[in-house]
Amino acid sequence: MARMLGAEMFFETLIHEGVDVIFGLPGGYVLKVYDVMPKYGEAIKHVLSRHEQGATHMADGYARASGRPGVVLCTSGPAATNTVTGIATAQMDSSPVVVFTGQVPTPYLGSDAFQEADHIGITRPCTKHNSLVRRTRELPRAIKEAFHIATTGRPGPVLVDMPKDVLIGEDELEIPNEISLRGYKPTIRGNIAQIKRAVEIIMTAKRPVVFGGGGLIWSGATPELIELVHRLRIPVALTLMGLGAYPANDPYFMSMLGMHGSYKANMAVHESDVIISIGARFDDRATGGNFPKFAPNAKIVHIDIDPSTIDKNIRVHCPIVGDAKHVLRQMLEFIPKDLNIDRREWFGKIDEWGRQHPLLPKENSDKIMTSHLIDMLSNITNGDAIIVSDVGQHQMWVAQFYKFNRPRTHITSGGLGTMGFGFPAAMGAKFARPDEMVICVAGDGSFQMNMQELATAVENKMDLKIVLINNEHHGMVRQWQTMFFNKNYSASHFDVMPDFVKLAEAFGAKGLRAKRPEELEATLKEGLYSDGVVLMEIVVDYEEMVYPMIAPGGAMNEMILEDIEREMIVESVDMA
Amino acid sequence: MRHTISILVDNEPGVLARIAGLFSARGFNIESLCVGETLDPTTSRITLVTSGDDWIIEQIIKRFNNMINVIKVQDLSELTHVEREMVLVRMEATPETRPEILRTADIFRAKVIDVGPRSYMLELTGDRDKITAFLEILRPMGIKEIARTGSVALAREIQNNKRR
Ligand SMILES: Cc1ncc(C[n+]2csc(CCOP(=O)(O)OP(=O)(O)O)c2C)c(N)n1
Repeated sequence: MARMLGAEMFFETLIHEGVDVIFGLPGGYVLKVYDVMPKYGEAIKHVLSRHEQGATHMADGYARASGRPGVVLCTSGPAATNTVTGIATAQMDSSPVVVFTGQVPTPYLGSDAFQEADHIGITRPCTKHNSLVRRTRELPRAIKEAFHIATTGRPGPVLVDMPKDVLIGEDELEIPNEISLRGYKPTIRGNIAQIKRAVEIIMTAKRPVVFGGGGLIWSGATPELIELVHRLRIPVALTLMGLGAYPANDPYFMSMLGMHGSYKANMAVHESDVIISIGARFDDRATGGNFPKFAPNAKIVHIDIDPSTIDKNIRVHCPIVGDAKHVLRQMLEFIPKDLNIDRREWFGKIDEWGRQHPLLPKENSDKIMTSHLIDMLSNITNGDAIIVSDVGQHQMWVAQFYKFNRPRTHITSGGLGTMGFGFPAAMGAKFARPDEMVICVAGDGSFQMNMQELATAVENKMDLKIVLINNEHHGMVRQWQTMFFNKNYSASHFDVMPDFVKLAEAFGAKGLRAKRPEELEATLKEGLYSDGVVLMEIVVDYEEMVYPMIAPGGAMNEMILEDIEREMIVESVDMA
Repeated sequence: MRHTISILVDNEPGVLARIAGLFSARGFNIESLCVGETLDPTTSRITLVTSGDDWIIEQIIKRFNNMINVIKVQDLSELTHVEREMVLVRMEATPETRPEILRTADIFRAKVIDVGPRSYMLELTGDRDKITAFLEILRPMGIKEIARTGSVALAREIQNNKRR
């Protein structure tokens, strides 16, 4: 067997795993890896980010757009700590990101050596797993295990810490064929008795609702879900992370549920008698957070690959642990194809809620409204682009008004709510799916958190569009201050704002700006259909607010609606 | 309720921190924690004692089960089981107190394991109540210092009168 350097084993194993791109930034303790990198340049592209947080979000965006693991490479200490926000973001949304960090040589471990940090300790609470490699010979196995753990079961980030002496050491390359870990055997198939029980519950339901989450997307369960829904005629609501898992243009689709979900979807969940939750964890944003008041008359069937999500927030009547795609297939075996269920009454009710409080974009002849802009973007692109949103009001309008028809076309930081995620994640998505139109919708606040990556985008000649919503504010913060803090607008306004068009130009990208409603369409069309990196700054009405809204700790039927007086101040909420 | 949880884990660095980290992240207290190698040197058994309502304990056990290095988790409180602690006690020993200390040790079947001009050291193994009672009896005679382990525990082979 061939002897080689640890740094070479690193690439050999990555190639073996099918990795074709890594996002990274060099430094002292990984220099050997960068030293041998040119030899592997054909097989693996290295994208030089300008910040390790950027690299980590890129890898995450790559993973979310493709379903394949995203890979990060960086050095020790400050580089590793820079990845933490990106890792925590991936963890909260179950994204398979594998982070490789350089580390001080093993004899120095724990000595406060230059650029030493306890990467394992620091990332322990925000990784699915992590490991420190102690010998060159063990590197391929550690890497294989990392990919195995990141991509199986409920996906998640894994960090592998590689001391310098391991990377410059020499040994025989031995890549294990298969990984088997005695403490890790995810359940893929659902228990048959439970599946029969679930089918029984669903078949007798009068007012059923599908409550779908991001797990649908990770398991690729969309075709099975559509089949189930069409056979049984069940209306579908999706969480923020679930958007795209069910086509928005299908008549059974009710839109997003939760804190900023539609009136129709939330009321349907509240009034349902059976909820079929698939790959959703009933978090406080999706349920309003008032767990005892959640869907008081519903029996809950909960399908999830992660047993620890079951009964965590909501009491479940029929849990099924397993992969969504597998479980739905198993369920379909017990559901006749030619059912003719009459749901006129239930759908009549749902339509009625839809008519009472429809979710409509706003238009104004004076100012650009973000909801209208997103609606226009959806129409121009025919709901067919990959939209990567950042965090804030604009994120919620994207979720409400962009009509996502395919899985993996909506990418956002849902669980951690990480500002600065959108732009680098959009770059990762574009690397994963170069043939798709990828649009980053960012807030002015969020964009300023990782805008240095413009250099990376231009350097890689990316065809990437950024719709930057300039409302001169931390808009979502301002909204909360309006609603819950007596309009005390503390630190939500930007007194100084960069000239975003010049900024784009300074990095070598194209910059466009629209300030007036009549300029909007032309600017979007010009931007979307120009080549290269294009930043479209859209100056919008900063007073627009996202409705409906469930105040934190509220029940699904307690939505604050637009038409309720704006003066309404809800006292003492837990600020998220 | 008090729960004694037995966790079989890979014998690797960092595993204990992972287990303990789960508690600190939720702001829970660990009453005691004991770790030792098993017959198979690649695994360790952790015995952990904590308090919390059943729902919380269920959540914690599910999280343990999710950890890559955790091989098996058992809530022994649901089973008939044996639980033991050990304590080392250094007693102040004067000519007047020596006989009484030895008598007490005898009653509890503790062992004298060190004798000095001014002290005795005693060793006792037993369940928590026994250890606590022993220390209470000794206290007035002048305890200088103690070192007490947490619980180690195993399920009994015969599982009659299951609790719960
Ligand atoms: C890293 C980070 N810091 C702070 C916050 C808190 N936060 C949530 S939304 C928001 C404002 C977002 O402003 P912007 O990006 O301009 O979007 P807008 O709400 O105006 O659409 C802030 C500060 C966060 N989510 N992430």
